[in-house]
Amino acid sequence: MSSKLCIGGIVEPGSTVINKTGSWRSFKPIYHHEKCIKCGICELSCPESCIIKTEDGYYEIDYDYCKGCGICSNECPRQTIEMALEEK
Amino acid sequence: MSKLTVVEGSYAVAHAVKVCRPDVIPAYPITPQTHIVEELSQFAANGEIGACEYITVESEFSAISVLIGASAAGARTYSATTSQGLALMHEVLFNASGMRLPLVMTVANRAMSAPLSIWNDHQDSIAQRDVGWIQLYAEDPQETADMTPQAYKICEDSKIMLPAMACFDGFILTHVYEPVVLLEQDLTDEFLPPFAPEHILDPSNPKTFGAFADPSIYTEFRYMQELGMSAALKKIETVADEFNEIYGRYYGGLIDGYYLDDAEIVLVAMGSVIGTIKDVIDELRAGGKKVGLLKIRSFRPFPTDAIRDAVKNAAIIVPLDKSISIGKYEGALCTEIKASLYNTRIDIPVLGYIFGHGGRDIPPERIKKIVSEAEKAIVSGITIESSYADLQEELL
Repeated sequence: MSSKLCIGGIVEPGSTVINKTGSWRSFKPIYHHEKCIKCGICELSCPESCIIKTEDGYYEIDYDYCKGCGICSNECPRQTIEMALEEK
Repeated sequence: MSKLTVVEGSYAVAHAVKVCRPDVIPAYPITPQTHIVEELSQFAANGEIGACEYITVESEFSAISVLIGASAAGARTYSATTSQGLALMHEVLFNASGMRLPLVMTVANRAMSAPLSIWNDHQDSIAQRDVGWIQLYAEDPQETADMTPQAYKICEDSKIMLPAMACFDGFILTHVYEPVVLLEQDLTDEFLPPFAPEHILDPSNPKTFGAFADPSIYTEFRYMQELGMSAALKKIETVADEFNEIYGRYYGGLIDGYYLDDAEIVLVAMGSVIGTIKDVIDELRAGGKKVGLLKIRSFRPFPTDAIRDAVKNAAIIVPLDKSISIGKYEGALCTEIKASLYNTRIDIPVLGYIFGHGGRDIPPERIKKIVSEAEKAIVSGITIESSYADLQEELL
């Protein structure tokens, strides 16, 4: 972080956009669109709004902020989302 | 010449709060602090504090939480508490200092339960030593009243921005009636400018206070609090001088001395016992004994340099504490003064006494006995570094 810190941990809006919390992830969701029935349960169940609907009705994952909780994978009725060990 | 009025100590403080023009007062009653917020509720109901919002909350935890919210929104805020109430606030006290909110709270010092006691000692505020608040201790109702605008002026400084506890002894000072000068509104307006913080919570310009800090930045926020405390060391002194210029009263800055310059035996204390000690010193000085007093007004920030300078010519230093760290068998002043003298060329014995717990009276004879023990220790050395001065061994 290059900018100077403000006393009291006081920050302007938008700080959570700068902070790429996806780095916390230890398991990474991998989406296999060929099995997907576009039910949207994964999108609804993601606590971080990291599953985004694309123009063709399938989904993509925002890895900048996905923390790898695995709820999407657990909820998917078609086992479309695989959780793979995050390797850095 | 200012007019003296005979009032209860709590009234003197409530009146001082009123003339500081607080915007928000969340209040929860607890003995022996209750009279302060009772008086303030009357002032607020009578419309005597302008547009001040007086909020009756359901606990001290809520009181301190309201203080934080209101202060972050730019309000000058006030509350008072004691003992268990202060302990209930503990978690939130850290947030107030971490978010750099300059709220002022009077602490009517009272013992901690169990066993249940509503009487005075300093255990409650001393137990909050590390919450990052400025802690000032007053000797009598006048000094406590005067400490209120002083505290606002200290903690609202842009280089400081830390909350402050103005501590005074429960019952001994909260409930005593004595002549005081009630702070004049015009002088207070001259002394204390309106609260104008740089950052406020405002929906039209949103900000987050006390945001998440990961390990890469947390340390720096803590260090910035330390810098604020360092700035307070100087500000407490200058504010005491400015107060003296406007009101004509002075109690010392970080510390004060009484017959300190040539003292061989230096007693160190805080709070209402100072009055008793001064009387004893007058008597002992008349008898030729070189006894002096170091009064600690600011416990946080701790005036390490001022103390080193004040005690450097003493033959023995005698901290007198109304608190104890059980498991160390020392009071807070004893521990901190010894720590302040280490790594210096000052090699003076420190003989600590703990007394006056749970409201036990401290008569002049007790101080005299301590002085005579200190005289013996100068000659024969210290055998017991710290002990209770008023333990009734026959009850054990």
